[in-house]
Amino acid sequence: MRKLALSDDILLKIEKPARYIGNEINSVVKSKNDISVRFAMCFPDVYEIGMSHLGIQILYDMFNRFEDTWCERVYSPWPDLDKIMHEKNIPLFALESQEPVKDFDFLGITIQYEMCYTNILQILDLSQIPLTASERTWDDPIVIGGGPCSYNPEPIADFFDIFYIGEGETQYRPLLDLYKKCRSQNLSREEFLTEAAKLPGMYVPQFYEVKYNADNTIKSFTPTKDGIPSTILKEIVTDVTNTYYPEKPVVPFIKCTQDRVVLEIQRGCIRGCRFCQAGQLYRPVRERDVDMLKDYAVKMLDNTGYEEISLSSLSSSDYSKLEELVNFLIDKCNEKKVNISLPSLRIDAFSLDVMEKVQDIKKSSLTFAPEAGSQRLRNVINKGLTEEVILKGATLAFEGGWNRVKLYFMLGLPTETEEDIRGIAELSNKIAVAYYETVPKENRKGKVQIVASTSFFIPKPFTPFQWAPQCTKEQFLEKAYMTKKAVMEQLNQKSIKYNWHEADASVMEGILARGDRRLCKPILMAYKKGCIFDAWGEYYKHDVWLETFEECGIDTSFYTTRERSLDEIFPWDFIDCGVSKEFLKKEWQNALNEQVTKNCKQQCNACGAARFNCGICTEPRTNVAVLSQNEVL
Amino acid sequence: MKLRVKFSKHGALKFIGHLDVMRYFQKAIRRAGIDIAYTTGFSPHQIMSFAAPLGVGLESNGEYMDIEVNSLTSSKEFVDALNAQMAEGIQILEVCLLPDNAGNAMASVAAAKYSIAFRDGYKPEFVNNISVNAFFAQPEIMVTKQTKKSEATFDMKPYIYELEYDEASEILSMTVDASSAGNIKPSLVVKALYDFNNYPFDDFALLITREETYTNTGNEENIDLKPLGCIGSDY
Repeated sequence: MRKLALSDDILLKIEKPARYIGNEINSVVKSKNDISVRFAMCFPDVYEIGMSHLGIQILYDMFNRFEDTWCERVYSPWPDLDKIMHEKNIPLFALESQEPVKDFDFLGITIQYEMCYTNILQILDLSQIPLTASERTWDDPIVIGGGPCSYNPEPIADFFDIFYIGEGETQYRPLLDLYKKCRSQNLSREEFLTEAAKLPGMYVPQFYEVKYNADNTIKSFTPTKDGIPSTILKEIVTDVTNTYYPEKPVVPFIKCTQDRVVLEIQRGCIRGCRFCQAGQLYRPVRERDVDMLKDYAVKMLDNTGYEEISLSSLSSSDYSKLEELVNFLIDKCNEKKVNISLPSLRIDAFSLDVMEKVQDIKKSSLTFAPEAGSQRLRNVINKGLTEEVILKGATLAFEGGWNRVKLYFMLGLPTETEEDIRGIAELSNKIAVAYYETVPKENRKGKVQIVASTSFFIPKPFTPFQWAPQCTKEQFLEKAYMTKKAVMEQLNQKSIKYNWHEADASVMEGILARGDRRLCKPILMAYKKGCIFDAWGEYYKHDVWLETFEECGIDTSFYTTRERSLDEIFPWDFIDCGVSKEFLKKEWQNALNEQVTKNCKQQCNACGAARFNCGICTEPRTNVAVLSQNEVL
Repeated sequence: MKLRVKFSKHGALKFIGHLDVMRYFQKAIRRAGIDIAYTTGFSPHQIMSFAAPLGVGLESNGEYMDIEVNSLTSSKEFVDALNAQMAEGIQILEVCLLPDNAGNAMASVAAAKYSIAFRDGYKPEFVNNISVNAFFAQPEIMVTKQTKKSEATFDMKPYIYELEYDEASEILSMTVDASSAGNIKPSLVVKALYDFNNYPFDDFALLITREETYTNTGNEENIDLKPLGCIGSDY
């Protein structure tokens, strides 16, 4: 039997000890004698969240296919265990071997959201690895970050040796080879990092220097060593069919957020919604071959025993062979008694038909994401969903027996007026009206249930809204209040439930999202003052954060509510995500002009991603007129 | 056709709770390709029931679950197929085909046998053959049982069928009522033993293993305990 890192008395005292024991079905155990690189792959949040992340499953599979590498998993110990580990000086361990992370060659951390930054420090701290890269030696692992937040790595630049910009499938092999070579030749850590910084996609923050203007904006951002690139182009998998994908994903013992087989059908999105960072970062859209997906669906279900399969992508309805894939899955899943879940589907006759086959209508609800209440504002954000389409979809669904609708909106979008906000309530009301007009009294099972939720808009790097000022907390709350009031005034207000998000955390996320290197200090200080699990409402300490910024002499409005000029150098400008700054500027202008931009299937808008020479960029575009007729979500 | 599966649970898997063990077996049965029967209706579920939930932290050599299958291979093939899908810590020990009139696993449970070892440094001086026998020789053993709503004091003695201490192995073993009506937790018995000796009780001291789960093949007066798998046959 394997020895566990934690003793019985600890495991019996803490919540959900199964988070820390490893040994799950399909987890990989290798002999240390047979390998030369140990890679700890970390998702800096609790096990149930981290285990639900597809990216780690893909990279875990890839690394463990390398014969010379053993990749293990690490997640954040929950505060109950965090406390015990600090008290007893127990080093953080990887799940498979139960051995300390500090003895590994690499610690890879995926950075999926800004509010996990203090958890990154918790991981380093518990691992007994120096928190800042400059203090580390060859006795410490190379700490490498990746994931969407590494597209603006500056607020956490001090804590990482390397950031891997882009998709992980392409450059890890060369990086591991370089590492092995440098270690066998007894080169210094700095020599290794210098060579690593020359590999495509690798950003080594300590080799770059930032200078600031008197107004605190960036004056220059330059490499401090010869041969190191001044711009880093993101890495991308050009052929998403012939690449790594797990046939045997790890199956957790305890219920996780994503408790099913996940089939990523495509990467990227053709839509270009102007608030959406993923829609820009992952361009161009690349579809996986439908036969590959069918093959993997069957293998993954057989190898895991999961009772559910889910399709994953930013906009599943845009996948060209969706109907073929879904029909195949319906047949297979009936045979295997497996459920299918289809998130991010636009509501139309096809999807309703599919949902009727795979879901229990009584239990399921329809989801629309108009994001803004008025057509004017939807044009600003380039969300091509019209009221007509929503009402048509809802009516179809009501005829099919559904009576629950979820609506997602954002508050605080650029140019938003009171009228746009009222539109949220009015649209919700119109959907209720559509229900009562569609379904005759005798067929109604109670009221229609409409849940309208709003989140607060946070401008993100690499979107056309990266220049936009973010609202203050007071503005956010006033907008939420206005929405609430408008909902109360609707005729069918009893059928509408309105929810809004926390404003404090949105302000915080905004600071970190467009932050620069000067935020490393307050992040470190906030961690030392006890901030962890900031993404968890019950642990988020807004006051401590505000106090810390003040102590560091940082005016947070510089990062949030300030209007940025078009010629400002942004902290993330040294990264080239494929989409050019010129294109984003044009889109920002189009937004202010309420001009809609066509999606990538309709026409190429010369965003810059065509240089990768793959996906939609290499395909002839379909007839524009035909597509726009069916144009919906 | 109903099968009764016996399995053991050890090591790190003792930290997996009852509901998660059920979910674990649902997936293992799919992976093993066992032709399990499903409920009808919109969301079909595997027809599966467990005899007696095992608490987190306890190990076992005698866990049982019943499943319904549409077709049979053989006992050996079944055990091998399912064992090929087990995580380290759970092992399938045997399977038998139940007669059509067999009651479900949970309702059939009458008693369970536990062996209790003490963690290093946690064995109290007073625990020996004589003290355990003296404790068990009491005409009645009054204990207070905490239920969700209230406390109840009752005589536990009739529910303890066997209690002995082996000095050589330093293991306390007991057979106690495990039916849904009168389930006795082994730690409750040990606590009473500690109380009897005026010794402070700490349940962390105990390493508890369920050795077997029994059904009563006699009647209420003449209890005849047999392992839960005894009513089935090899196939």
